[in-house]
Amino acid sequence: MTNNAFGLIYTGEANAMLRELTFSRSVAAVPFGGRYRAIDFLLSDLVNTGISNVGLIAQRNYHSLMDHLGSGKEWDLHRKRDGLFILPPFVTKDNTGVYRGTIDAIRSVLGYVRRSSQKYVILTGSHTIYNTTYDDMIRQHIESGAEITIMYSVEHGFDRSEQFDDLRLTMDADGRVTDLSINPYFPPTPYRGCDAYIMEKERLEYLVEEAAAHGDSDFMRDVLVKNVDKCRIYGWRYDGYVARLDSVNTFYKHNMALLDGAVRSDMFNPKHPIYTKVKDEVPAKYIGSGTAVNSMVADGCIIEGRVENSILFRGVHVCRGAVVKDSIIMQAGYIGENSRLSNIVMDKGVSVLNGRNLSGHESYPVILRKGSTV
Amino acid sequence: MSKKVVAMLLAGGQGSRLGELTKSMAKPAVPFGGKYRIIDFPLSNCVNSGIDTVGVLTQYEPMELNAYIGTGQPWDLDRNNGGVFVLPPYVSSSSERWYAGTADAIYQNMTFIERFDPDYVLILSGDHIYKMDYAKMLKYHESKAADATIAVLTVPMEEASRFGIMNTDDDGAIIEFEEKPRHPKSNKASMGIYIFNRSVLKEYLSADEKDPNSDNDFGKNIIPGMIRDGKRMYAWDFEGYWKDVGTISSLLEANMDLLGSEPKFNLYDKEWRIYSKSTGMPPHYAAEHAKAEDSIITEGCYVDGEVRHSVLFSGVNVGTNAVIEDSVIMPNAVIGAGAVIKKAIIGEGAVIGENAEVGCDKLPSDPDYETKLTGDITLISGSVAVESGARVPKGMVVTAGKRERR
Repeated sequence: MTNNAFGLIYTGEANAMLRELTFSRSVAAVPFGGRYRAIDFLLSDLVNTGISNVGLIAQRNYHSLMDHLGSGKEWDLHRKRDGLFILPPFVTKDNTGVYRGTIDAIRSVLGYVRRSSQKYVILTGSHTIYNTTYDDMIRQHIESGAEITIMYSVEHGFDRSEQFDDLRLTMDADGRVTDLSINPYFPPTPYRGCDAYIMEKERLEYLVEEAAAHGDSDFMRDVLVKNVDKCRIYGWRYDGYVARLDSVNTFYKHNMALLDGAVRSDMFNPKHPIYTKVKDEVPAKYIGSGTAVNSMVADGCIIEGRVENSILFRGVHVCRGAVVKDSIIMQAGYIGENSRLSNIVMDKGVSVLNGRNLSGHESYPVILRKGSTV
Repeated sequence: MSKKVVAMLLAGGQGSRLGELTKSMAKPAVPFGGKYRIIDFPLSNCVNSGIDTVGVLTQYEPMELNAYIGTGQPWDLDRNNGGVFVLPPYVSSSSERWYAGTADAIYQNMTFIERFDPDYVLILSGDHIYKMDYAKMLKYHESKAADATIAVLTVPMEEASRFGIMNTDDDGAIIEFEEKPRHPKSNKASMGIYIFNRSVLKEYLSADEKDPNSDNDFGKNIIPGMIRDGKRMYAWDFEGYWKDVGTISSLLEANMDLLGSEPKFNLYDKEWRIYSKSTGMPPHYAAEHAKAEDSIITEGCYVDGEVRHSVLFSGVNVGTNAVIEDSVIMPNAVIGAGAVIKKAIIGEGAVIGENAEVGCDKLPSDPDYETKLTGDITLISGSVAVESGARVPKGMVVTAGKRERR
């Protein structure tokens, strides 16, 4: 059954709320969990489901994404049959190369969709990540006779200022969706879509062409919400951890959540390993009495100072006397002697010179932009 | 397409002095330095030196090694032309036999070498830890128009009698080779790394095969024979870190050499990376009671105890307030809460019970045990479980099926 599905990942989301984090990278390439990027989870979910045909719609800032994915061999997607297909924008007589929205983007890759030999398509975005397989979702999709199945999680609490692509599902007793709303003023239910959908590929083709014929542009709004009455849409409930990386605050929150053992073992369940690009870093090294407490530390780090409640990506150097608290330090960060950081998100390759004192607040972590020096 | 040089890596040895560590795997497959295996060093050296064709000669317990090498992709040795090849002994129409010695192993694979029509053959050992640019050695070999070049390391004079010593003239030409001489005339020790002109190598290997009294060994037969015949033999001086990790104490020591702010052997070298197969584990997690001092901790570890001057491999779990000192903990071992480990090597997947003591002082009431291989290093074999609260005194070897008394 699992071999009868292929994956289609849309990575063109524009999201101003991720601020500096997406100035030079697409949302899919946003770093997560010390050595990963968001896309690693989505690809690994598909691969761990036994899916070996994945199309990835690239749209903007996709250089770092392409660099990360390479031939797809790290995800076992470097295949003779199927494998990983990166689908960047291209220009044809009825396609300007710039997508007006998700419908446009999917429509431009319908050639790939048609050529795929599998019956079902798993369509996802790239900023909602989790670690699962889609086996149960596919099974439920087939058994319920649904035309579209939407993955959702139960989300309590709500912050209007953080609302982004917030799809809420209202369902009847059988799980059939009776109403869908996007960014509602008052969420009618705690059931929030996870940006993952299953349907037959022919249905996707039909729905997208129909929507385009009516001048529509957005998959969520124009295909899903408008078709609630016409289509048999069902929800599939996912109870594991869901990280929605849709703003700087949620980026910070979900990275930090990994310091909780339960979240860590859910996101890094050894039964479903998360694959990523291998960098051949040496193991982390503690020098002198360098110490890390309640922190994740990736390979290639050198710790001479003190690290607390933080996430260190690969190759970070914390010098003697430096104290790093409640912070996320991305790849190749350098924290000079006797510097103190708290509630900081340090993007890739940032250097903080000796004796600097920087702090943000839990509710507003300060971002140090990629490659900068403080 | 022909290759200038083909490397042949001798990886068939049992490494009996490593005792339990090589019970189920060949020496080159033994884990080293947190995320590596010994064979990663010569393989990475080859790739970093621009050598892309490597034959790995296996014989003893090859399964682990075969599985590890796979297609050679982690070392960038999955090539269309060349790459890494595992070469076990085989049956041919004329003979069926094991590799009788290092020279015989190469002789039996002459067809493999000739397939690439190389000018030179580089012979390497699979049990040394070092970073070496073989291209520099080859350049030296060519500049001397030598028939063979042997890499040598300058060792302290008082230790020279433990090595094969090369006596050279002022130009570096080897005039004499002495195996473990009682009164060494020089302190240039052979590192077991040779470059041969292919035709000369073939000539000597063929002759050696016909000699029924030969041990078929490079050090004992081939090299002395060539010197005797007045071939152009040169010693190439290597400077840098090199360690033969053939014993339990040298293996522990070499791991310890990676620690500290100015380690004897530095792996943090972006120009000369050591490649290895990724385990794909998440970054290590240092929990509330974690303390680390001059240590190496690899991805996948969970640490809630104190780690001093030690090397933790991937996926090791250190329970609350456990203490680890001067030790090497191999992949996926579990150290129970409150356990104390001192100067020990804990094998892959071993489980040390809560509050157990490993490497503690021997009491008069403890039974006698053999420490010939271990000295004062305590060795817990892979997958062994040591009971909670058990005592394992210094130098003891704990193997599967043997229970520790309380």
